[in-house]
Amino acid sequence: MATLLDDAFAKAKKEDRCALIAYVVAGDPDMETTRAVLDAVVEAGADIIELGVPYGDPLADGPTIAAAGQRALAAGATLENIFRLIPGTKAPVVLFTYVNPVLQYGVEKFALAAKRHGAVGVIVPDVSLEELEPIREAIRKNGLIMPLLISPTTPDERAKKITQTSEGFNYIVSRLGVTGKDAVDVEGLKDHAARVRRMTGFPIAAGFGISKAPQIVAIRDSVDGVIVGSALVEAYASQKGAAAAAAGASRLVRLLRLACKRAAPAAAGAKG
Amino acid sequence: MHKPDERGYFGDFGGRWVPEVLVAPLAEVEKAMNEAFGDPTYWEEFHALLSEYVGRPSALTVAHRFGQPRNATIAFKREDLNHTGAHKINNTIGQALLAKRMGKQRLIAETGAGQHGVAVATIGAKLGIPVDVYMGAVDVERQALNVYLMRLLGATVHPVTGGTQTLKDATNEAFRVWAAQCEDTFYVIGSVVGAHPYPFMVREFQRIVCDDGRIQSQGRFGRLPTDIVACVGGGSNALGIFTAFIDDDNVNLWGVEAAGKGTNTAETAAPLAVGSVGVLHGSRSFLLQTAEGQVKPTHSISAGLDYPGVGPEHAYLKQSGRAKYVAVTDDEALAAFHACAASEGIIAALESAHALAYAQQLAKERGEEGLIVVCMSGRGDKDVTQIEKLDGKALVAEVTG
Repeated sequence: MATLLDDAFAKAKKEDRCALIAYVVAGDPDMETTRAVLDAVVEAGADIIELGVPYGDPLADGPTIAAAGQRALAAGATLENIFRLIPGTKAPVVLFTYVNPVLQYGVEKFALAAKRHGAVGVIVPDVSLEELEPIREAIRKNGLIMPLLISPTTPDERAKKITQTSEGFNYIVSRLGVTGKDAVDVEGLKDHAARVRRMTGFPIAAGFGISKAPQIVAIRDSVDGVIVGSALVEAYASQKGAAAAAAGASRLVRLLRLACKRAAPAAAGAKG
Repeated sequence: MHKPDERGYFGDFGGRWVPEVLVAPLAEVEKAMNEAFGDPTYWEEFHALLSEYVGRPSALTVAHRFGQPRNATIAFKREDLNHTGAHKINNTIGQALLAKRMGKQRLIAETGAGQHGVAVATIGAKLGIPVDVYMGAVDVERQALNVYLMRLLGATVHPVTGGTQTLKDATNEAFRVWAAQCEDTFYVIGSVVGAHPYPFMVREFQRIVCDDGRIQSQGRFGRLPTDIVACVGGGSNALGIFTAFIDDDNVNLWGVEAAGKGTNTAETAAPLAVGSVGVLHGSRSFLLQTAEGQVKPTHSISAGLDYPGVGPEHAYLKQSGRAKYVAVTDDEALAAFHACAASEGIIAALESAHALAYAQQLAKERGEEGLIVVCMSGRGDKDVTQIEKLDGKALVAEVTG
């Protein structure tokens, strides 16, 4: 199903750059700040927003995002007010949520509400391929897509199956472990991206550990998009007040967005 | 039901609800487990360590004075007599041998009260494998003795400062570390929880409790027990003592959860009694959670039962009705602890004291034919400073009140 995500990746491709996907924890430290940060991030050039639903036990996240989730929960973030952040956001929004909040809210009800508020898709990192079907069915039935994750340790056969099931884009995990700003082995990531590239014609976006412009420069020819989370959370969480948070986020996104633009000679292969 | 299905489900419960980065390491453990379980030399080594190092089989002791007056017989399955003082070592030996077989260079573990951490540190020292233990910062503070024991045994204890800083957060952290370091690291989970194959694998290591308990009951009494009673946190000692009796329909199985200050209060740790179905630490089971699907903080006097989830096989046994689950409060457990110490000369772990409290009650309902076997899952040395404090407060209250 063609979505706003396809348009976003197509636009980036046309401009000869990889797309920039910005991950923001909803409600951290409050909804007003998130609103300001989302607006600033989109204005600064983020192509797609990954809106993180705060969760107290995030198995795939490192300390930065886990702490952001704790702050959001402490401030009273709920799914209802998280959904309300979507309509005013001037970029395609993909929700990023652990499965338990979705199960308790009700998968159908969740998908319906997300769609009604204008979300394009849902990423649920702790639903493995084996557990996916009933959830994916409910999500798809309501017109949303589910991008899936592929890890460096995912065997080829399984990775192929994931690329055939994933919609919107293939989320490749840059390294073993969790989200955060620790180093990424750029060469390993390029190999991982090339491996997945051979399996699918759909866009590939890399996340987990992508935090700096030089990393993006190093991998921008190998992927169609980069996902930046922990670094962005740090950029706004270190500021006091919504306006300063928005400014902090904006500065980082502008810098990273510049890095997404492919240099003319290196871009020859990627232009296809 | 003796084995989960190939996706790791006991009925509707279990599975592998994990980030993709953990799927390959779990599959690797599953494959190695299946190979090891089919290899007699693996089990020979396991049983040799259990007998020569742990001191198995643990005794079955008739309790003559505890819970009197009563007509039923009560006996204790004495896991407290194991090396390291609890059933935990049965499981850590099984997993450490598997890790060795897989060529892993390091063991990691989560721990709450520190019992499992000590059991992993112990077998790590014995087999010469380095051990890193993740423990909530709050637990590190309140379980100083076990932290020190782990260090004496050569393990490194990492305080976990995220979330509520207790067992559930230590488990999250151990999973995260494993995700990053799975190539050379084996994650030793401490209970029948987590993603497939852990709930099944840990049960298979703990079923030694009932495999020898069943034989002892027949040897000592010439019959099987009428009732088996065990405390349930994650639920490994309970499945340990239930499993061999699952097909014996006339043996009643009782799992005793920690009610904390009462199952009608927020300060409880009884997911089977008052929780609902959800996903925690990789499996679908009962847990204590909010309407928004956030895991709730828990309370129990017993650190080993202070956990918001429960093993998926217990959820299945509850749903099928094969086992019954009840809850015992802090106060009831504490009273049973004292009664057991005074009447049987056994300092029970506060976890086991929950089972004792319910057994005492059950014994009054059973006639002379009643034969109640309680799993004495651990000894209570680790709890005495806490009990001293609690009694100190009670004494002060008596004097001033």
